[in-house]
Amino acid sequence: MNAQMKPISQRGSQWFDGLTASMDSVNAAVPSLRIADGELAGRACRVLLVKPDVENHFPRATRGEVGLLEGYGLAAAIDEAIKTDADNPHKRALIAIVDVPSQAYGRREEALGIHQALAAAVSAYARARQAGHPVIALLVGKAMSGAFLAHGYQANRIFALADSGVQVHAMGKAAAARVTLRTEEELDKLAADIPPMAYDLESYASLGLLESLLEVESAESPSASDLDKVRTVLAEALNDIQPGDTGLERRLNGTNRGASRLVREQLRAQWEA
Amino acid sequence: MSELNANFHGNYEGGFIDLSARKRIESLLDNGSMRELLTPFDRLTSPWLEKQGIVPQFDDGVVIARGKLDNKAVVVAAIEGGFQGGSLGEVGGAKIAGLLELAIEENRKGNPTAAVLMLETGGVRLQEANLGLAAIAEIQSAIVELRQYQPVIAVVTGPVGCFGGMSITAGLCSYLIITREGRLGLNGPQVIEQEAGVEEYDSRDRGLIWGLTGGTQRFASGLVDAFVDDDVSALSTSVRDCLGQGVPALHRSDDISAPLTRLQQFDTREQIDAQRARQALTEGKTA
Amino acid sequence: METLQFTRPAQAARIQPALVGYVGSGDLEVMVEPLQGSQAEIHIQTSTPGSEIRWRQVIEQIEARIALPAMRMDIHDFAATPGVIRLRIEQAIELASAMEAQA
Repeated sequence: MNAQMKPISQRGSQWFDGLTASMDSVNAAVPSLRIADGELAGRACRVLLVKPDVENHFPRATRGEVGLLEGYGLAAAIDEAIKTDADNPHKRALIAIVDVPSQAYGRREEALGIHQALAAAVSAYARARQAGHPVIALLVGKAMSGAFLAHGYQANRIFALADSGVQVHAMGKAAAARVTLRTEEELDKLAADIPPMAYDLESYASLGLLESLLEVESAESPSASDLDKVRTVLAEALNDIQPGDTGLERRLNGTNRGASRLVREQLRAQWEA
Repeated sequence: MSELNANFHGNYEGGFIDLSARKRIESLLDNGSMRELLTPFDRLTSPWLEKQGIVPQFDDGVVIARGKLDNKAVVVAAIEGGFQGGSLGEVGGAKIAGLLELAIEENRKGNPTAAVLMLETGGVRLQEANLGLAAIAEIQSAIVELRQYQPVIAVVTGPVGCFGGMSITAGLCSYLIITREGRLGLNGPQVIEQEAGVEEYDSRDRGLIWGLTGGTQRFASGLVDAFVDDDVSALSTSVRDCLGQGVPALHRSDDISAPLTRLQQFDTREQIDAQRARQALTEGKTA
Repeated sequence: METLQFTRPAQAARIQPALVGYVGSGDLEVMVEPLQGSQAEIHIQTSTPGSEIRWRQVIEQIEARIALPAMRMDIHDFAATPGVIRLRIEQAIELASAMEAQA
């Protein structure tokens, strides 16, 4: 398989190491997760990463995919934070470092209900945000499809490194070409007119889903100044997220999301009518 | 507007699967209580399909309505599996998310409002890729919030089944109802075969696929709550039963440690079959 | 995808909005709405290119059987056969007209 030939991304681990250097590592339920607790801008936070694990108990999830164990493992770590902070008015922030090439594709995964494992993670992130935990996603590599839904897409704020290796999409280009009966070149051409289909980050930003794009010296291996810059951005975001700011409404302001706004506007008008 | 609402006098009998999305809703709700919102006459079509030379549909393949079930307020959304494979684009996705968001507001105001989602979908519409995915994230957020107040009930009857990001959505619901003809899974068979190879998943092996992801197996594995015949009245009874049970003490998606332990203990050296999957997913559960 | 438009003479009539069909393989959706005056405006989007003559023929066949009411008709066609197209258009007109009796 093609995917096997590509090198396994280390970006997530690099950024996790850099950003959590002064934090305490927390035991994760499964080896493909890394979790750290610490402080950012004087605020308690928990940083979460799904990372490659060549020895993964499930052989179709060795390359950083979000699979059965990763879904439930994330859910467990987040759920614990929610319960621990239940009576604390200062809920710790959750910071998801996102470098996930895809969900895990396999027979065991489908048979054992990978959709339910990912639902556990989605639920945990959404419950945390709705309970008042600020949730931030930092995209340092791929953020694909179901994997991103489970790890990052429930965040109050989504930041991405301005780098061609950072990609948000519903399906990899090769697979999307097969499914839509087009060539990859045709897809690229279409994407020029259809921003939601594009694979570049500027198009994605035009949808209003990103808070901002962060220029760094090295997306692969962050320098000290890259880490400082990102820490500053995360700290500002934490200060910016107000206690009542628990929804996803601010994502609706993008240039290329007019229909999402129009539908809600007209629906509200008809609702009471 | 005959298809569209008004004076329905409630005589649906027989199969549910063959009904259009609109008629599915009408067949379920208390007689005469259906009020469709954003009807086809509002002409909210996809802004992206026409640009790609693809014929749109006036409701973008999603029908949404307010109505009553046993005289309780509900919102219902149904995806039309026949239009673009039931795929979710920007408009259809916003219709579902917006509907659930308004239901949340009603509950906050003290007006209990539950939700029913009829899911016939392959997931994200690839022609609207990132906006379909974003809409699914918003639908998921709304379900997690709404289900604190009132049940959110998902129905998967087939023929399309429920796949992609929307299978995760189904996993967030308070109750999940399936038929023998319904299928539920994250990844479509062709995509798995492409990504993992034919030995891992043969997309032409219908027995294998139905055996692992069909309604019978999903019910036996405890991944859904109710298994019903493809019959309007059976389905209607099942939805009303779920509604009557109220908000579950623990949502399936928030049952974390037991499933995690089962998966960690599962022997992954051999390939899996339907029997082992059932065993692994129900181990230690009380019947 | 091809966009076509036909304007045909029609009878002033009291009709109500109606919709039949859906945009699935071999099918089409037909939407009818009232229109002042004595014309039927038919707007078509079809996945089948080069089909103008066929559509003209189908519309003429329908006119030979029933009187078109004044209306705006919108069609989204996904490669339906002429037989299915005729059936759906007639269903839509019948439904739009039948409403009068009920009201």
